[in-house]
Amino acid sequence: MSNISTISVARRERVAPSAWDGIALCLVAGTLALIIYGAQQMNAPLASVSKAQISLSPAALPEYALRTTLRMFAALAASLLFTFTYATAAAKSRRAGAVLIPILDVLQSVPVLGFLSFTVTGFMAIFPGSVAGAECAAIFAIFTAQAWNMAFSFYQSLRTIPADLDEASRAFRLSAWQRFWRLEVPFALPALIWNMMMSMSGSWFFIVASEAISVGNTTITLPGIGSYVALAIERRDLTAVFFALGAMLVVILAYDQLLFRPLVAWAQKFRFEQTMGQPTPGVWLLRVLNRARLVQIALVPVHKSFVAVAHAPLSFGRWGWRRSPLQRRWLNIGWGVIWWGLWALVGAYGLRALYVEMAGQIGWAEVFSAFKLGLMTLTRVIVLVGLASLVWVPVGVWIGLRPGLAMRLQLVAQILAAFPANLLFPVAVVGILHFGLNPNIWLSPLMILGTQWYILFNVIAGASAFPIDLQDAAANFRVRGRNWWFKVMLPGVFPYFITGGLTASGGSWNASIVAELVTWGNTRLEANGLGSYIAKATAAGDYPRIILGVMVMAVFVTLFNRLFWRPLHAYAERRLRMI
Amino acid sequence: MAMASTLQVQTVLQIEGVRKAFPRPSGGELTVLDNVDMTLKEGEIVGLLGRSGSGKSTLLRIMAGLIEPTGGKARFLGKPIDGPAEGIAMVFQTFALFPWLTVLQNVQLGLDALQIPADEAHKRALEAIDLVGLDGFESAYPKELSGGMRQRVGFARALVVHPDLLLMDEPFSALDVLTAETLRTDLLDLWSEGRMPIKSILLVTHNIEEAVLMCDRILLFSSNPGRVIAEIPVDITRPRNRLDPKFRRLVDSIYERMTSPAKALVAGAALPSFAGGGIDMVLPRVSTNSIAGLIEAVAGAPYHGRADLPQVAEHMRMTTDALFSIGETLQLLRFAEIEGGDIRLTEAGTRFANEDPHVRKQMFAENLLTYVPLAAHIKRVLDERPAHRAPYARFAEELEDAMTEEWAEQTLRSVINWGRFAEVFAYDENQAMLSLDNPV
Repeated sequence: MSNISTISVARRERVAPSAWDGIALCLVAGTLALIIYGAQQMNAPLASVSKAQISLSPAALPEYALRTTLRMFAALAASLLFTFTYATAAAKSRRAGAVLIPILDVLQSVPVLGFLSFTVTGFMAIFPGSVAGAECAAIFAIFTAQAWNMAFSFYQSLRTIPADLDEASRAFRLSAWQRFWRLEVPFALPALIWNMMMSMSGSWFFIVASEAISVGNTTITLPGIGSYVALAIERRDLTAVFFALGAMLVVILAYDQLLFRPLVAWAQKFRFEQTMGQPTPGVWLLRVLNRARLVQIALVPVHKSFVAVAHAPLSFGRWGWRRSPLQRRWLNIGWGVIWWGLWALVGAYGLRALYVEMAGQIGWAEVFSAFKLGLMTLTRVIVLVGLASLVWVPVGVWIGLRPGLAMRLQLVAQILAAFPANLLFPVAVVGILHFGLNPNIWLSPLMILGTQWYILFNVIAGASAFPIDLQDAAANFRVRGRNWWFKVMLPGVFPYFITGGLTASGGSWNASIVAELVTWGNTRLEANGLGSYIAKATAAGDYPRIILGVMVMAVFVTLFNRLFWRPLHAYAERRLRMI
Repeated sequence: MAMASTLQVQTVLQIEGVRKAFPRPSGGELTVLDNVDMTLKEGEIVGLLGRSGSGKSTLLRIMAGLIEPTGGKARFLGKPIDGPAEGIAMVFQTFALFPWLTVLQNVQLGLDALQIPADEAHKRALEAIDLVGLDGFESAYPKELSGGMRQRVGFARALVVHPDLLLMDEPFSALDVLTAETLRTDLLDLWSEGRMPIKSILLVTHNIEEAVLMCDRILLFSSNPGRVIAEIPVDITRPRNRLDPKFRRLVDSIYERMTSPAKALVAGAALPSFAGGGIDMVLPRVSTNSIAGLIEAVAGAPYHGRADLPQVAEHMRMTTDALFSIGETLQLLRFAEIEGGDIRLTEAGTRFANEDPHVRKQMFAENLLTYVPLAAHIKRVLDERPAHRAPYARFAEELEDAMTEEWAEQTLRSVINWGRFAEVFAYDENQAMLSLDNPV
C-alpha cells in the first residue's frame, strides 16, 4: 500500500505537459465536480424529495445515476472502514474474535432488506427535516449489502498472514500501525478488491428498495435510479424501465473501467506469489495516468503523504512481555470479566427489548407458520440452485476449456452478475399474467436470476485452471462421456462450483424478499414463502412480524450453510484441491 | 577475526537455564527446550547444530524476542530480552521478503522502526545493498530475483540496521548447493574483512559441514527435549578448506557424536534415537522406498555392507537430516546399525537387499511388528476389536499425551505407511479408519 509507484514513477526531468495531461485533467476535474454537486444535493430539505419530484424523463437519468453511484460509493467507503476496524479487532484479539465472528456470521445471513425497516426511523430521527437522514438510511441499507463479505475476506487474510513475514515484521520491530499498512493491508488487498467488486455488484440488487423506502407509514423517495425504476413500475412504463437499465449499464461499465480494472491491475503486485506471474493486463486508465506528466507530479505529494502516514511509528503499546506472567494473568482475567460482562448486559437488554416487542403479538402458531414458509422458500432455493447447476456447470466447463473464449466471457458473466435482475421482474410479471401461470412456481426463477452467474463464472475459472497434463492423460487413455465427466472434469471443478453455489444460494435467500412479492402497477403477484412474508410485514410496518421473519430466515440460512455447504466445502478442500 | 583477539571481550548474549514448554491438550506440558546455557562473545560465529525438531529454532526465536521462554534468563548486552530488541537482526530460512516491496523498500523496512530521517535511511539502504553485491537491483521486486539474490536482500535488510548480533535461521538451506556455497563464502569474506557492522553471528543449521566451515564454536543439540549435549570448538584456520584432513576429521567426529547411541541425541532412550522407546516414540517421515533405497545402496558397491555416513550423504545427495532419519529407521527395524559415523547392514539387512519384493514385504512386516512398538500396538488393538476396525483419532489422542500434535500426526502417518507396505493393516483415508481389511 505504501508505494503507488506504478502510478507515480514520475519522470521528474520532463515537466512539459503532454496531451495525456489534458485527458487526465478532464477526468479528475469532472469527477470532483460531480461529487461536489451530488453531495450538495444530499443536504436538501426533506420536502424536496417527495415522489412527485421524480421524473421519468430520460434527461433526468444522468443526475439520478450520479446520485445512486455516490450513495454506493459512500456505502463502499463505510464498508471499508468497517472492514478495517471490525475484522482487525476480530483477528487480533482472540476474545474479540470469539464474539465478533459469530455476530458477523449472523449478520451475513440476515436479509439485507431486514435491516432497512429498523434503521430508517432511527436515521430520520437523527436528522429531523433533512434529506440527510433518509440518505443515511439508504446508504446504510447499501452498506449492509456490501460490508459482511469484505470483512470476512479481510479477517481470513489476517489469519493467514505468512508466518515468516509476520516474524520479520516483529523482529524488525514495526509498530502495529506500520504492520497494518505495510504487511496486513497489502497482503489482504487482492482478495479485498475482488470482494469490493462483488459487493458493488450485489448492492445494485437492493437499490430500488433502499431508495424508494416504504416502511409502514414512512415513505421516502430519494432521487436516484432506484426511485426512477420504482416509479416506472408503478406507472407500468416499460420504456422507462429499459432506459434505467441502460443508465445502469453505463454506470457499471464506467466504474469498472475507471476504478476496478486499474485497481485489480495495481493489486497484481500484492499477490503473494514468489514467482513471476503473467504480465499485468493492460489498463488504459493506468497508461493515461502514467503518460500524463503533470498529473504524475501532482500525485507525488499524495503518494508522499500516504507513505508518511503508513510509515508513521504510531505505537499502541509494544511487542514483548515486560509484565510478569502473574500480572498478565490477572490483567487477562480482568479484561475478560469486563468484556464478557459487557456482552452479557447487551444480550440481556436485547432479549428484553425483543420480549417487549414480541410478547402478545406473536404466538407459537405464527412461529410455526413462519417456519413452514421458510421450508417453502428453502425448497425453491434448493431446486433453483440445482437447476442452475445442471445448466451452468456443463456450459462453464465447455467455456473454461477454451481459454480465448473464457477470457472474453468471464467479463460478460461478471457484468451479468452485477446486473440487477430485479429490473427484469416487470417483464416476468407481464409474462405470468399473459399466460395465466401459477406465481408459486413461476415467480421462483426470479430468485436465481441474478445469482446464477456466480455458478457460471466460478465453474469457468475452475475449468480454466484444470491442469493440461490431466486433460492430456484423460485424452491419452481415451476417457470419454460419462467417465470423463464424473472421474475427470467434475471432481476438478467441484471446489470452484462449491464457492459459486454457496454464493448463489445465499444471494437467492436474499432475493426471495423481492422476488416472492412482485408488483406491476396495481397488479400484485405473490408466491407463498418466507420472502413474501417479510416483504408484506415490511410494507405494513408490522415490526414483530418483520423480526420473526428475519430471525427465521437467518436461522434457515445459517443452518443451510453449516449443514450443507460447509461440509461440502471442507470435503472439497480436503480431497479435491489440485495444489 | 581481529576482533576476537581483543583483550576485553564483551559478552553479547547470555542464555541461562532457558526452558520452553507448551501445554498439552490432555494437561501437563511438553518440553521442547530444556535447561539451555550458552554465551556468545564479541567476534564469534557460533553454530547451533541439531536435527530438525531439536528446539534450536525455538532457541533462536527466544533470542530474537519473538517467543517468551517458559523459564530461565536471556540477556542481550546485559539487558534482559523481553521482546524484539534493538541491535538484533534476523535472517530467515524462507527469506521473508515482502513481495510487494522493491529490493530497496524491503531493505529500508528494517529502518522503519528506528525513526531514521528519510535521506539517511535511503543512503544506508543503498550502502547495504552495495555491500551484499546487489547494486543495480534496487528497484527489482523479489519475485524477479533468484533464490540466492533474495537471500542477499535478506542479509542487506538485516545489516542495514547495524545490529550487534546477527541471527541466522538456516539461511542457506533453501538454496541450491552452488548458490549456498557462494553466499557462505561472500558472507565469511565480509566478516573476516570486518566490513559488516556486527559483533557476533549466531547460525542455526542442521548441515554439519556448513557449521564446521563457518563457526568458531558449535553447540550440538539433542532432540526431545532440546538440550546442548556438546560444545565443539573449531580450531581450523580460515579460510577453511573442506578437503583439509583436519576439516574431514572434525566432520566425521560430529557425525559420530550425532549418531552414537552412547552420547545419544536423545537423552534417556536406549537404542533408537527417537524419543521414548514404547509406543510414544516419535517416528520420522520416511518412505519405504527410501528405506529399500538406502539398504540397496549400502549393500552394493563400493560399500558392500558398510559405509561412511558423510560419504553416503555426498553420494546420494541427501541432507544429513534426511540421511539420519532413514538410517535411524533402518536401525530401529534392525536392518542396519549405526556406529562411529558408519552405517553397517545387519544380516537381515543384507538378506533384504538380495530378496524379491514379496519376501521383502514379509521381512519388513515381521521386523515392523517386532521392533516398532506402535505398529505392534495398533495390530493388537485391531485384533482385539470384534470388527477389526479402529479410528485414526483413537491412536492420535493416545500419542498426543506424549508428543505434540504435529509429531503425533507425523508418527501415525509414518506407521500407517509402513503398515500398508507390509500389509499388516489397512487405512481408509475417507473415514479416517484403520482396519485389518485387505483394501479392495
